[in-house]
Amino acid sequence: MTMAKKDKDGKGRKVLIPLVAVALGFVLGSIVVAITGKNPLLMFNAIIQGITGINIGRGGFNPRHIGELVIQAMPIILTGLCVGFAFRTGLFNIGAEGQLMMGSLAATAVALTVKAPGFVHVPLILLSGMGAGAAWGAIPGYLKARFNVHEVVVTIMLNYTALHLNNWTILNVFGSVDRVKTAEFPASALLKDPWLASFTNGSRLNWGFVPVILAVLAFWFILEKTPFGFSLRAVGFNKDAAKYAGMKVNRNIVLSMVIAGAFAGLAGAIITTGTFSFGRALPAAEGYGFDGIAVALVGMNHAPGILLAGLLFGVLKSAGPLMQSAGIPREIGGIIQASIVMFVAMKLGIERILDLVKGKRAGKAALAAAEDGAEAGV
Amino acid sequence: MAYIIEMLNIVKDFPGIRANDDVTLQVEKGSIHALLGENGAGKSTLMSILFGLYSPDGGSIRIRGESVRINDPNVANELGIGMVHQHFKLVHNFTVTENIILGLEPRAGLMIDVKRAAAKVAELSKLYGLDVDPNARIEEISVGMQQRVEILKMLYRDAEILIFDEPTAVLTPQEIHELMGIMRRLVEEGKTIVLITHKLKEIKEVADTCTVLRRGKLIGTVPVKDASEARMAEMMVGREVNFTVDKGPCSPGDVVLEISDLCVRNSKNLMAVKNLSLQVKRGEILGLCGIDGNGQAELIHALTGLSKIESGSVLINGSDVTHLPVRQRLDKGLGHIPEDRHRHGLVLDFRLDENMVIHSYGRPPFAQYGVLDFAAIRKNSERLIKEFDVRAGKGPATLARSMSGGNQQKAILAREIDRSPEAFIVAQPTRGLDVGAIEYIHKRLVAERDKGKAILLVSLELDEIMDVSDRIAVIYGGEIVGIVDSKETDENELGLMMSGSIRKAV
Repeated sequence: MTMAKKDKDGKGRKVLIPLVAVALGFVLGSIVVAITGKNPLLMFNAIIQGITGINIGRGGFNPRHIGELVIQAMPIILTGLCVGFAFRTGLFNIGAEGQLMMGSLAATAVALTVKAPGFVHVPLILLSGMGAGAAWGAIPGYLKARFNVHEVVVTIMLNYTALHLNNWTILNVFGSVDRVKTAEFPASALLKDPWLASFTNGSRLNWGFVPVILAVLAFWFILEKTPFGFSLRAVGFNKDAAKYAGMKVNRNIVLSMVIAGAFAGLAGAIITTGTFSFGRALPAAEGYGFDGIAVALVGMNHAPGILLAGLLFGVLKSAGPLMQSAGIPREIGGIIQASIVMFVAMKLGIERILDLVKGKRAGKAALAAAEDGAEAGV
Repeated sequence: MAYIIEMLNIVKDFPGIRANDDVTLQVEKGSIHALLGENGAGKSTLMSILFGLYSPDGGSIRIRGESVRINDPNVANELGIGMVHQHFKLVHNFTVTENIILGLEPRAGLMIDVKRAAAKVAELSKLYGLDVDPNARIEEISVGMQQRVEILKMLYRDAEILIFDEPTAVLTPQEIHELMGIMRRLVEEGKTIVLITHKLKEIKEVADTCTVLRRGKLIGTVPVKDASEARMAEMMVGREVNFTVDKGPCSPGDVVLEISDLCVRNSKNLMAVKNLSLQVKRGEILGLCGIDGNGQAELIHALTGLSKIESGSVLINGSDVTHLPVRQRLDKGLGHIPEDRHRHGLVLDFRLDENMVIHSYGRPPFAQYGVLDFAAIRKNSERLIKEFDVRAGKGPATLARSMSGGNQQKAILAREIDRSPEAFIVAQPTRGLDVGAIEYIHKRLVAERDKGKAILLVSLELDEIMDVSDRIAVIYGGEIVGIVDSKETDENELGLMMSGSIRKAV
């Protein structure tokens, strides 16, 4: 009986909570903007400009902003899929960053060493990126399955390993001239397309969005529609029962990390051959992995949610320069992102607020408040 | 005599289910009032309303004749209502006294005056014959003692109305007997007790009045001394209840499950099952009884493929499954109702229909060309829900977590029987269930036997073993110390074997 309450409003609630969290995040961001002495409307103007390209305040339309939004959203949607996929199997993958870097390195290697026409070269690069990410994800997966080593520890360590392995290889194997990047990739390796760039008024938009959409669909299809996904979800919820039912728990753990790693590896390949056109030595991690955790959290580990959350956080990034030109510090985007994550984590508190609002609407505020107490107690 | 509690025409709705439908409960001061009903009948909901955990959607509550609105457990405390929950709410590395004063610590300056509190606890303990050491740590005392700490917690807060939620579920027979004594003593001192239970024996032993709920509705309130157990059971379940299991003589056939010289280690790497041999034949129920911890769990794990078999062999219909993985054993005709239904039997966060295909999700009709067919999965569960009378608020879409224990067990039973296993290993199938559900599960097990299945029933309940089994094997220290015919034995003989005092030729 007590548990029946938890089920209240079921799916509607699940969707409503992140939406309320996003709204609260923007409220908090507005307050911070107001404190710095600027008009919060300018912030919203910048964000709307980031989404639609339309500047409401001053008029004018620039599609470049839409292209930049997509560029910012693509990698964090993929790392969001990466974290979310592992999480649905009960694994906390902090290693999206490292898996992404390995994907990026493999893409660089294939781009520089293989000679092929574009329609072969590009898919080959994307696949090798996925493969490298998958292999990097397989390591913590195997260690977890075989020796019960906690994946959080292993993935964090492997992030550093990946960073330095990437840098060493770029500098020593591919002979970086300026100690920062490799030679330019051949045109056949690039996801860039002058047509897409001109279509969006010179943005960095490239064909990378196609594999991203396919990845979102694959995530959804594998987890929600296939028997394999069924067993992954069962393992995520209750390993013991899954084992009792004859599912191969250890195999599922490894495979889940492999697939998760492939998502991140794909992100690395897209960044390297889409946003850039050369392999890069990095001074430090770029934060795609942590953004992925936030995206997965806000997206509730489901494909549509991750897609939307990735676009949301993408716009907060891409609107940064726009805010800055309106005199608002670009860090506001980061503050909003952080507060959204915080509000999502405060799930219970939001449910309480929702109950209160609902109760008032029904004219039964008193009853709802009491119900609330119960919910907190349960 | 005046009523101390009056809950009038209470209505409470949950999504898909009306948990309390016009229920009235009136409790006399100084009495023990039992609240009887099957799992999911609405007993706990009603008491949660009284304790302020839920708000009713209709009806009114009067305490000591005064109309009250209890919208918070703190209000309930102020009204002198206390509750002993089924799962204790104690801090394990605190002492008894520290737990009792939690939330209203007496102060001496800036410090907590533990001494004064301990003295008061000791005094209360003595007054009610609870025999609790105020300075013992919770983790060091038995479950029965922990329950007394919960009782003391209420007494310390001057509660006059004590609600006990299924208090005997976690106790040994000896502790149950002592608890009954404590309850009588509490009433002598002027307290009023509401006892939530589905055990008729206890009501008969200790309660004055009994209110029966069924499917959320009030069936009636009767004085216990005038009502027989059979009458109360009938009120609770809605039909006549058979206390004995109806079954014809068994006609065993060939051996289906053959266990020979089995040795299994436990988690501490000690030999928990030693050279154990058993044969279960087609058309019979072999009961395995023993005191908890004598190798039953390890035996079950070894048979079902969860732990490694050290030596010996397990055969199902003559084919060797000793070292096969779980899935292949299932395919060879093994069925299993696990002891711990939450941990092993169900994925609680899965829907009911998903739980019902947890073995077979990868095969037609549930998966076609590598894609799950949710229509077929739903249809399958609709059929099983109907056939096995599983009650779930939202049908196939109900989360397993939100179902009552009895219905969860019925769901597992439905799933396993539907797979039609040849060798059926059933562990503690009725633990924590009410008489109606127990009767139903026993009936289905006997029906499976009559269909020619071989059933190994592992249970700690001697009554269950003796009622349902055809033959009884007794396990002690990981060894079978005797196999007897269930018609030719008695509790006494089994008890002696279970304690290792006598052996019977195997």
